[in-house]
Amino acid sequence: MKRAPIIATAAFFSVLFVAMLVYICYYAYTNRVALTDNSYNGRQQLLLAQNSRGEIRAADGTVLAYTSNGQDKETRVYPFGRTFAHIVGYASHGRMGVESLSNYYLIHTSVDLHDKLEAELEGEKYPGDSVVTTLDVSLQEAAYEALSAYRGAVIATDPRTGRILAMVSKPDFDPNRIGEEWNEIISADGRNTCLLNRATQGLYPPGSTFKIITALEYLREHPEEVDSYHFNCTGHFSVGEDGIQCFHGQVHGQVDFASSFARSCNSSFANIGIGLDHASMAKTLQSLGFDRELPIDLPSSKSHAVCNELSTTADMMQLSIGQGTTGMSPLHLNLITCAIANGGELMRPYVVSSVVSEEGKEIVSYHPSGAGRLMRAEEAVALRTLMEGVVQNGTGKVLKEAAYTAAGKTGSAEFSSLTTDSHAWFTGYAPAEDPQICVTVIMENAGSGGEYAVPVAKRVLDAWYNESEAGEE
Amino acid sequence: MRLYVTELSRYVIAGLMLVYTVLSFLILKLSGERKRSGLYAVQIVVLFATQIACYVQIIAKTGSINYLFLFAFQIVILFATITLFRMLYPDGNRLVIHHMCMLLMIGMVMVSRISYDKAVRQFVIAAGSTVIAFAIPEIFYRLAFLKHLWPVYALFGIGALGAVLILGRVVHGSKLNYTIGGLTFQPSELIKIVFILCIASLLQERQDLLRVALATVLAAAHVLILVYSRDLGSALIFFVTYLTMLFIATANVWYLFSGIGAGALASVVAYRLFPHIRTRVQAWRDPWSQIDGAGYQVAQSLFGISSGGAFGLGLYGGAPGDIPYVERDSIFSAIAEELGLVFAVCMILVCVSCFLMILWEAERVQDGFCRLVAAGIGVTYVFQVFLTVGGGTKFIPLTGVTLPLVSYGGTSVLVTIWMFALFEGVCLVGTDERYQQYLTRMEEP
Repeated sequence: MKRAPIIATAAFFSVLFVAMLVYICYYAYTNRVALTDNSYNGRQQLLLAQNSRGEIRAADGTVLAYTSNGQDKETRVYPFGRTFAHIVGYASHGRMGVESLSNYYLIHTSVDLHDKLEAELEGEKYPGDSVVTTLDVSLQEAAYEALSAYRGAVIATDPRTGRILAMVSKPDFDPNRIGEEWNEIISADGRNTCLLNRATQGLYPPGSTFKIITALEYLREHPEEVDSYHFNCTGHFSVGEDGIQCFHGQVHGQVDFASSFARSCNSSFANIGIGLDHASMAKTLQSLGFDRELPIDLPSSKSHAVCNELSTTADMMQLSIGQGTTGMSPLHLNLITCAIANGGELMRPYVVSSVVSEEGKEIVSYHPSGAGRLMRAEEAVALRTLMEGVVQNGTGKVLKEAAYTAAGKTGSAEFSSLTTDSHAWFTGYAPAEDPQICVTVIMENAGSGGEYAVPVAKRVLDAWYNESEAGEE
Repeated sequence: MRLYVTELSRYVIAGLMLVYTVLSFLILKLSGERKRSGLYAVQIVVLFATQIACYVQIIAKTGSINYLFLFAFQIVILFATITLFRMLYPDGNRLVIHHMCMLLMIGMVMVSRISYDKAVRQFVIAAGSTVIAFAIPEIFYRLAFLKHLWPVYALFGIGALGAVLILGRVVHGSKLNYTIGGLTFQPSELIKIVFILCIASLLQERQDLLRVALATVLAAAHVLILVYSRDLGSALIFFVTYLTMLFIATANVWYLFSGIGAGALASVVAYRLFPHIRTRVQAWRDPWSQIDGAGYQVAQSLFGISSGGAFGLGLYGGAPGDIPYVERDSIFSAIAEELGLVFAVCMILVCVSCFLMILWEAERVQDGFCRLVAAGIGVTYVFQVFLTVGGGTKFIPLTGVTLPLVSYGGTSVLVTIWMFALFEGVCLVGTDERYQQYLTRMEEP
């Protein structure tokens, strides 16, 4: 008998086992977070019996959630109550927000043996690891108060990094009382939507804020004609039987491309829209992230817009002014605004910046990362000029008086054919020449964007400005 | 104090296991038992140090000194096995015996952590099997006529498997065992040995077409009965063992490839034919979508493996009881969870080194029958390890076979000990051959 078959057998099984063992280690390590968070995994209870859930902190260290051990009973305390309801979330009756996102770290502990021993001697659980977020308390409070009683959402992000600075959604709930109010929240025939984070999961007609995208497409298709573009607005625009109106029938008169954008002339943009190439527009929509998952770890909805060879003239008119079947999440609009502000890059938005142990040792840290380029730098510059015009001599004038320069786009989105009421939108950034913060506001059923959403954005930007001024002194 | 012990012992246990594994491969590199004896001595020390560390951890964690008795009995039996073997069979292979003791020890620690009663039962069976096993190498060495009995092995194997099919009772949807006086016995485990002897006996000298065809028909009969009994894991083990033995006997690559082709074809047919196979395959591809049903066992097993990290949660620190049939099918996951991935990976490497040592000896022995018996034992063993570990980790579909010597399961432990003993018989033949050669060479001028 020969040696070769035995050697081949030995080699084959050795290779097979090495492959399997490498696979096992790789699989167990890379999937450990998802596997621990799986609701069928009983080890979460095991961990919570041993460790007390860690803290959630704002970027400056302010505690947003902690576990208190009063009267032999652990309770989760949220010092800011409703203000951070959706983004910080809750951890009983299911999980949400950062409580869900970072559950793995919150229930694990990385304290050293000495601290464990100390905890054991005092009869306490081991302190779980704490999560440091990117959230800014004063911005969040400003956004929360500015939105007042309106339903809607406010998002503030740093366009350079993708750090989420504030995220508010209303109606809200009190995470401190989630246990007591749970039945009430989930009953009411599903009409009580306070658990929905409208900032990421809400889908709204984008209205005139969508003109940013129409303008981008026009810049791409007709770069030479932008400067010579002009249009005479009579308050409405029609081709055959299909027509649209400017907001509340306003007559804009002679407008060029920049003033069409600044004054948000629907007629002029419908005129632009019907001339766009359907295939090219579809490609732009796809590359901007429509009908795709957004690059974020929080649950979010896919924005939706239709443009194909079947789109009619009426469809294109509706699409170009953000009406019809188009739906966008506030987060998506904010991400596009960020890309414009930073020169075209889609930054991956994130809310957890690091995980630290009780003693302050850093366990994990998250860094800004890009998720692809949305537009060329020249296109971003052109859009920024248009958006500056909105504040300088258009629908965003409220921001003109601010102590800082700002730019943006308003929107007043009609959501029902039965009423002329509209959702108020604003998305923009400041300072105009060196963007450091992007704010997106949606207020359901409030009225026009310029009148309602811009002042809310201004209060958030004011808070940011005051903070950065104070920081410099 | 207790905390220090439980925390530090995690690293100590993993470290000792790592040293033990490294020693195993160093020993493989040296040829000849005499050169290896120094490393063997170190290995024995590390083996018992690992055992002591495990029990220190258990006692520190549970505070129960009941485990001291279990520990004492084990250390006596294992030490006796190692010493007696060395005295009775100075020409045997000691690595395989050390590995057998190491794996039995790990199994005992883990099974006792899951169920104390089961561990005691397992221990009694293992001890009894070992006592009988001491006779096996000598019998194999003395009774040369055993190598010609292939019709007896074939009739016995097919007969016993067929009888289970007809008489056996249904366990978890698989017809696996006889129950005799309260003791459940799995014939398919024991028939593994008989099957290896059968094929080795048939192909030992001549590998003409008639013999190859006969071996194929006999193997097919075994495999088909097992498939029909819904014992897929065993069917696969028999098939792979047959194919590898045929390849080693004939050195014919075409037999190997046509065998693999036929096996692949049979798998596709079986997949189409049997719904329980489709369920297994779907649970392997995506356990998460059916976590309430077919995917539950794999999902829980993966939870276990991922929760321990490199050094484990410590014995009694995890929740291996959440995994269904953990002590039989998923003992690897339980070990990864509580003793850590370093330990679990090392343990599997120990199994691999055991396999390599068996093949190494198979390669050295001149006698065709002995060579095939050793190769068959090695492949049966290592392929079963592959099936159980791969199945519990979503590497391959779950087939529900035991991890030899480690998992709970009396028949499996008994048969693996006897298989290893049979291998020692092969080593005796090999040493004898070499001695004869040595004498011949001396006589020549």
